[in-house]
Amino acid sequence: MTTDIATLGTPSFGGESAEQALTPGQLIWRRFRKHRMALLGMIGFCILLLFIIIGSLLVNEERANAVDLQGRLSPPSEVHWMGTDSTGRDIFARIIHGGQISLVVGVLSVFLSVSLGTLIGGIAAYYGGWVDSLLMRFTEAMLSIPSLFLLIVLGKFLGRDIQTFTIFGQTFSGSVAIVIFVIGVTSWMFLARIVRANVLSLRELDYISVSKSLGASDMRIFFRHLIPNTMGAIIVSTTLGLAGAILLEAYVSFLGLGIQPPTASWGNMLTAAQTFIQKGSWWMWVFPSIFIVATILCINLIGDGLRDAFDPRSTRHL
Amino acid sequence: MWSYIARRAVQALFTLMIITVLCFLLTRFSGDPIAQYAANPRMSAEDKAALRERLGLNQPLPVQYFKWLGLAVQGDLGQSFFAKQPVSEMIAQRLPNTLILMFTTEIITVSIALLLGIISAVKQYSAVDNIITSFSFIGYSIPIFFSALGLMLIFAVQFKEWGLPYLPTGAAVWDKKDPVEYIKNLILPVSALVIVQTAGYSRFVRTSMLEVLGLDYVRTARAKGLTSRVVLFKHALRNAALPLVTIVGLDIPFLLGGAIVTESVYSWPGMGRLFWEYAQRSDYPVVLGILLIVSTAVVAFTIITDVLYTFVDPRIRLS
Repeated sequence: MTTDIATLGTPSFGGESAEQALTPGQLIWRRFRKHRMALLGMIGFCILLLFIIIGSLLVNEERANAVDLQGRLSPPSEVHWMGTDSTGRDIFARIIHGGQISLVVGVLSVFLSVSLGTLIGGIAAYYGGWVDSLLMRFTEAMLSIPSLFLLIVLGKFLGRDIQTFTIFGQTFSGSVAIVIFVIGVTSWMFLARIVRANVLSLRELDYISVSKSLGASDMRIFFRHLIPNTMGAIIVSTTLGLAGAILLEAYVSFLGLGIQPPTASWGNMLTAAQTFIQKGSWWMWVFPSIFIVATILCINLIGDGLRDAFDPRSTRHL
Repeated sequence: MWSYIARRAVQALFTLMIITVLCFLLTRFSGDPIAQYAANPRMSAEDKAALRERLGLNQPLPVQYFKWLGLAVQGDLGQSFFAKQPVSEMIAQRLPNTLILMFTTEIITVSIALLLGIISAVKQYSAVDNIITSFSFIGYSIPIFFSALGLMLIFAVQFKEWGLPYLPTGAAVWDKKDPVEYIKNLILPVSALVIVQTAGYSRFVRTSMLEVLGLDYVRTARAKGLTSRVVLFKHALRNAALPLVTIVGLDIPFLLGGAIVTESVYSWPGMGRLFWEYAQRSDYPVVLGILLIVSTAVVAFTIITDVLYTFVDPRIRLS
């Protein structure tokens, strides 16, 4: 690297000074990359994704839902790699398709809860006054009811008449939509509080009053200036929320209120395991559990790395 | 101080009002309690209408809500449709079991978490610390039914098969003559909860311990020539454990009801299982009663924790 006197002091956009001109995105990626556990989580998550995607191409859903009463409760063998469940369905195939459902439910419900949280938190902070206190009391009320209770009651409330529907040529039980909705509307509260706190402090900054005096509309200020500046918090809580949503799906399905069989999900595969574990069918418990724990662990690791990477105070990884 | 508490109490009342309306509407619409009689051929349409009338289900919703609220404030949570028993009595029967389960869990969890957190902080980045951190990450990602079913499989099912002394998984009823049986029944559900809970707590203790150990007063204490044990337990731990008050205080009410899964896996006769059983039958007075008690506890504990914190940490000023 050669630096002659003439170029000193003037900004140069050459390759060698790229060190000083990193965009925030590059900085964050750089910090994330140094986080070994987070990278491990990322690799693990990609393997899981590939397993589910390639698996569902090779093993069709009929196989996952095929009942074989003769071969029920058989331990892992060459035909059934992970054994069969209480109605003789192949656990390996059900893990692939259950994983698909669990991930779809996770992603869509997080999308719903993040949108709700951002909107409610943002509106409360931006408008302030009675709008703020009303929305925050509502948030507090929702936070005070333990989420599993809320999920059970809401699940009962919506789950009275379930129809099936078809998207992308695949038939889903209506319970999938209900579970997505229920998880989405019960897990936006923490993000709403974070966004509110962020927007409250951003609102006072000069560039917002400048935009206002330039005649920018509320919508523009909100979506172009305020929300992008809280993106770090939103991305981190989206990641951690995904782990939470997959767990919640497993909980409600485990209790029998979530995804309804024959559609498989990692949670409802364990419902039956609960009964048959007393008779020693360990494989019904082991395999779905391993997949749930591995998925949640990987996502949590990624989330932890992202949190450190987005934290402007953390420079130890640079 | 008192004005702060008063203001918080008024806010809490408002929050509680929203909670009651929310819970009332949700439970009231979550299924028709009369529907379970639909299959009964001896019930005619008139009988059903009469039952509806008697239970007050045909009145306008706001009237039903205020009637329920008026009685609930006086401690009368109504009658269960199914068990034909006052709800408050049913909850009172189950509550002790849940409390025993929760407090045992919380005490064990906090002790283990303090121990692990301190070791991990003192030996930062050592092999021990890495092992503890990895395990707490795994523990943090474990759903409670994983640990509950796993422990059951190993210590109840497999141990019985191998001819080893095994642990019971059945429901426990407190019996003065046989407290040992009750405690034996408690072991598995408590362990399942401890495994899941300890992870988060010990990470928390580690972080706050590390923060405190870097402060000047700890260095001063060391420079005075105090033994590392005294510095650790008398000086550092006192401040490091303070934030744990908040975490535990906010967790306790959630634990009250959060045991739905543990209690149903182990058929533990607690409040969580009561809720789960009666939610399935759309027996809404019971469901509503439990929701009210749990969320009131959450709201109350939030304020208590905040106020308590100013006593244990005089540096915090309430405003």
